[in-house]
Amino acid sequence: MMETIFSNFALIIGTTLMYSTPLIYTSLGGVLAENSGVINIGLEGMMIIGAFAGATLGYFVGNPWIAFIGAGVAGGIYGLLHAVACVSFGANQVVSGIAINFLGIGVALFLSRMFFEGATMTKSIPLDFKMPRPLNGVFPDGSFLNIILDNQYATVYVALIFVLLIWFFLYKTKYGLRLRSVGEHPTAADTLGINVIRIRYFAVIMSGVMAGFGGAAMSLAIVSNFRPTLISGHGFIALAAMIFGKWKPQGALLACLLFGGSQGLAVFLGQFNFEISSQLISMLPYVITIVVLIGFVGKSAAPAADGIPYEKEHKY
Amino acid sequence: MGYKDKAKSLTKVIEMKNITKKFGNFVANDSVNLDVFKGKVHALLGENGAGKSTLMNILYGLYSPTSGEILINGKKVDITNPNIAIEHGIGMVHQHFMLIKPFTVAQNIILGREPTSKFSVLNMKKAIKDVKEISERYGLYVDPNAKIEDISVSMQQRVEILKALYRGAEILILDEPTAVLTPQEIVELIQIIKNLTKEGKSIILISHKLKEIIAAADFCLIIRRGKHIDTVVVSETDEKGLASKMVGREVIFNVPKEDKKAGDEIFSIKDLVVKDNRGIVAVDNLNLSVKKGEILGLAGIDGNGQTELLEAITGLRKVESGEIKINGEDITNNTPFQIINKKISHIPEDRQKRGLILDFDISENMILENYHNYPFAKRGVLQYNNIKKYAKELINKFDVRPREESKLTGTLSGGNQQKVIIAREVTNDPDLLIAAQPTRGLDVGAIEFVHQSLIEQRNNDKAVFLISFELDEVMNVSDRIAVIYEGKIVGIVNAKEAKIEELGLMMAGGGSK
Amino acid sequence: MKLKFKEIRKALYIFATEKTIGFTLIAIFLGLVIGAIFLAIAGFNPFQAYGIILRGIFSKPSYISYTIIRATPLILTGLSIAFAFKTGLFNIGAEGQYIIGSVVATAAGYFLHLPLFIHIPVVIISAVVAAGIWGGLAGYFKAKFGVHEVISTIMLNWIALYFQNFLIYTEGFQKPGGETSYSIQPTANMTILKAWKGSVAGREWLLQHPFWKDLLRTPMNWGFLIAILMAVLVWFILNKTALGYRLRAVGFNKFAAEYGGINVNKNLIISMFIAGGLAGLAGALQVVGVSHKVTLIAAMEGYGFDGIAVALIANSSAMGCILAGLLFGALKYGGAKIQPFMRAPSEVISIVIGSIVFFISIPKLIKLILTKKIKKGGTK
Repeated sequence: MMETIFSNFALIIGTTLMYSTPLIYTSLGGVLAENSGVINIGLEGMMIIGAFAGATLGYFVGNPWIAFIGAGVAGGIYGLLHAVACVSFGANQVVSGIAINFLGIGVALFLSRMFFEGATMTKSIPLDFKMPRPLNGVFPDGSFLNIILDNQYATVYVALIFVLLIWFFLYKTKYGLRLRSVGEHPTAADTLGINVIRIRYFAVIMSGVMAGFGGAAMSLAIVSNFRPTLISGHGFIALAAMIFGKWKPQGALLACLLFGGSQGLAVFLGQFNFEISSQLISMLPYVITIVVLIGFVGKSAAPAADGIPYEKEHKY
Repeated sequence: MGYKDKAKSLTKVIEMKNITKKFGNFVANDSVNLDVFKGKVHALLGENGAGKSTLMNILYGLYSPTSGEILINGKKVDITNPNIAIEHGIGMVHQHFMLIKPFTVAQNIILGREPTSKFSVLNMKKAIKDVKEISERYGLYVDPNAKIEDISVSMQQRVEILKALYRGAEILILDEPTAVLTPQEIVELIQIIKNLTKEGKSIILISHKLKEIIAAADFCLIIRRGKHIDTVVVSETDEKGLASKMVGREVIFNVPKEDKKAGDEIFSIKDLVVKDNRGIVAVDNLNLSVKKGEILGLAGIDGNGQTELLEAITGLRKVESGEIKINGEDITNNTPFQIINKKISHIPEDRQKRGLILDFDISENMILENYHNYPFAKRGVLQYNNIKKYAKELINKFDVRPREESKLTGTLSGGNQQKVIIAREVTNDPDLLIAAQPTRGLDVGAIEFVHQSLIEQRNNDKAVFLISFELDEVMNVSDRIAVIYEGKIVGIVNAKEAKIEELGLMMAGGGSK
Repeated sequence: MKLKFKEIRKALYIFATEKTIGFTLIAIFLGLVIGAIFLAIAGFNPFQAYGIILRGIFSKPSYISYTIIRATPLILTGLSIAFAFKTGLFNIGAEGQYIIGSVVATAAGYFLHLPLFIHIPVVIISAVVAAGIWGGLAGYFKAKFGVHEVISTIMLNWIALYFQNFLIYTEGFQKPGGETSYSIQPTANMTILKAWKGSVAGREWLLQHPFWKDLLRTPMNWGFLIAILMAVLVWFILNKTALGYRLRAVGFNKFAAEYGGINVNKNLIISMFIAGGLAGLAGALQVVGVSHKVTLIAAMEGYGFDGIAVALIANSSAMGCILAGLLFGALKYGGAKIQPFMRAPSEVISIVIGSIVFFISIPKLIKLILTKKIKKGGTK
């Protein structure tokens, strides 16, 4: 009896980690962009580009790591578009982000049809070329750790490392300090000789890279191809997780785990022949989020200059 | 001995020659010349919007001049960004502090010049040590670990000065440094300025306050509407001389006002407690009353509970305890809608945030509190003919320019925006008119208009409650003056008998009841 | 020649000042150019492709009818989002409100048995009210708990989606053997001449009249007229009524609105209720006019998200939503035809729409191109 409880618990943790991973990458991307003062509602589109690039490279190149990095690069290049609009041309950042989302799905499917003989679904990556599972078979069968970690793809661990890295970058290095200062008070940063434009470009491009990783974590690990509905709303959930996590990497991690966790719970409960419909269980993560947000006391802590285009010579 | 003779014997550190700056068609600076000398204080005098800050932003590399040149220590320089200004030893303390609120004092000071160990990792230990060192050297006390949002305004100002000194500034630009300080803190600041010049630093002091310029500066450049008017030796002139040059005509320092006996008490506040956004008590058992036909002025330094008091009266903030009454009716914790209907009008302290909807045109703004009433609306449908007619009347009566009721208020000048608000609020015929910072950022002509409007209300036997950080304004306009300090009224005096020293002491918390 | 070019550019510059129709038209033109570039790089003739799209929209009465049918829900979700924009809210939740509207319409259409002229209004009104409440919920969460409407509406979208799927698997509602609901009663059906089209007399008459046969092949219905009516209503409410004054005041500057005695929280909820109702109407009209039932949905169908683009292209003007909705509907319907005819990816339409929205987000760029002030970088 105890054993089954334990192994069930482990199973839930395992699925939680799996489902959280793409969200973690992507919401870290959101953390970077928004801490520098650029709202990134285009995370969804950037994720789609990453998922497509990852699946395509994975299929043609056959090396998951090259595919993963390629997805990041593709996401970054795509992020550059948002950066040009928001940083150089003072775009309405929300509108630009919406455009990025439309373009993302359009470009990905357009290219998919070009590369895969008119199909909107990329060809499956052979099992050998998928993301490796580093801890596969390390722990004895059926042990607690085995159930959690046996099937976890490398992307899961990389995501956790990124949380640490980005936390360290933002709060312990001088460039992190500068990035945050630009998001809080760009004029102040400018008067100290900090290059607001360059930092915002960097942050937005990096947010594209992270969202690209997030997409690839989906198409290279959780499944093994790209299809039109693969990323449907994950980018928005990651955005919500970032806000929920108060614009901090550690907060975003927890929020993503909450989403992944309730999804994991839904999958777990779905195995049993409950009276409850699986559709109702699938609702759970979203209901929980609203409930938590409602009970959440304290003001949101968005960077003070988030969403405001920076113009050097505006008259004040 | 004139300016030119005096200047000959001194070392020039900065020369700004024929500086012109245009924003589109607007000329902010028109061939302005400025020389700054080593170890001297050079004041920059002009009204709001005269172009003082623009000139300094050019010197600091935030704006690039349309034409003209800058020499530092005799060499021509091209200051295209603040980094270059900093390299040339220029530091600037902006009027609106350039501080990052959630960061600590030390983080703010080192930002952009951070001490690091390997891999760009911040070395906060060294940062704190460095900050302590310079703060002791110049006698500018700060707490390096405190967050900016938790420290006082005068400490924030010291942080700003330290930021410049940390970067090795030899020339310090202080933009309206006294606007946020108590009279006592101003004395301290002038002492700091003297210490700095003793160490060989040069200071550019931007101000529109004549007294401080007389007290602190050696030379003074006067600009009006972007134009270079004159440079004078401060010790050879007086307040009147400076003022007439600044405004371009004789200035009346006192507002003409007939004596008038106040009537019955119409508005009263008893034991009022209000909390600020952080949940800390900001208005602390405050008591106050205003009579018919008088102007009660509230003097005090920014941040002593004025905003919270104002918001509590007008229904914009929750009252924790206590009682607010008008005409004998309790209005505590009523909604703004109910309070407006009890005949209280309010000229808000931030006209762009509270007072106007900048994307609405003048006519729509004129009916902000009355849009739902006849003749402006009939059965829920707006009657634009009536609205326009009404707006035209007010525009003419209060001389709003341009005289077009369909102009968006966002395109009006600050003075005309304020006229729209005053027209609306006064025409509502209130029993109590609350005016908060009604002249902030306005030029002299507009200020006179505002003051006359307030006095007219009083002469019509209405009650007026004036809240202002400008002590001169409170003293000139009010009949009685109440002083607020840390959310409490620390003294009430008759305006005629008030002395600036006494008020200043009370504003700093040193007064007696 | 060169001088002439300069003059044209100057004229265009005046034409394209921010937030005018001229500016929008230039953005649309540039969007089509970007789509053409994609097609050309992929080896397709863009003129041929746009030709097929144009013919696919206009060359037959049924095509025009389909375009209008496609555009109808987009006009309404666009109006929903534009309305919320005007009051300072970003309604990402039109998607979920649409779902609630269509589910409730199906339920009311199937379970209720009412006479013809009562049934349709009852179905539509109950769907609008339900979706309005769904939208108002997000307004309530914002007003009461400070939950940002972007997050709450994203969550509500997913909850709505799973709620529809849950109902479809519910006995009594699910059509046995299918992943779809029962169809609504004939009395709730708003498709024009639906019964007659299937009758013997109808079929015979249509055989004689090919124009009408082609036109009535489509599920033509009154939805489009209702959408136009709604656009007029939205325009009237926003610009001519005291309620609209309140809502716009809150949208432009909630602090000033509050100062002026307007209850900001109440108006947030009203605004989201109306926005939700409009999106719900889109779903209801789709059910009574076109689909007559709801089916299992695996992912978001996108009516709400497309509505965001419609509202943005329309610059949140109610009348603009009609035109932008028609444009979007036409591109989607006509664009699908380049796939079978020339094997060119029809997704180019998403690229065109995305590019249009992108150009709309950066008026500065268009101005820059037109004034040719491209000197150093772009940062002014």
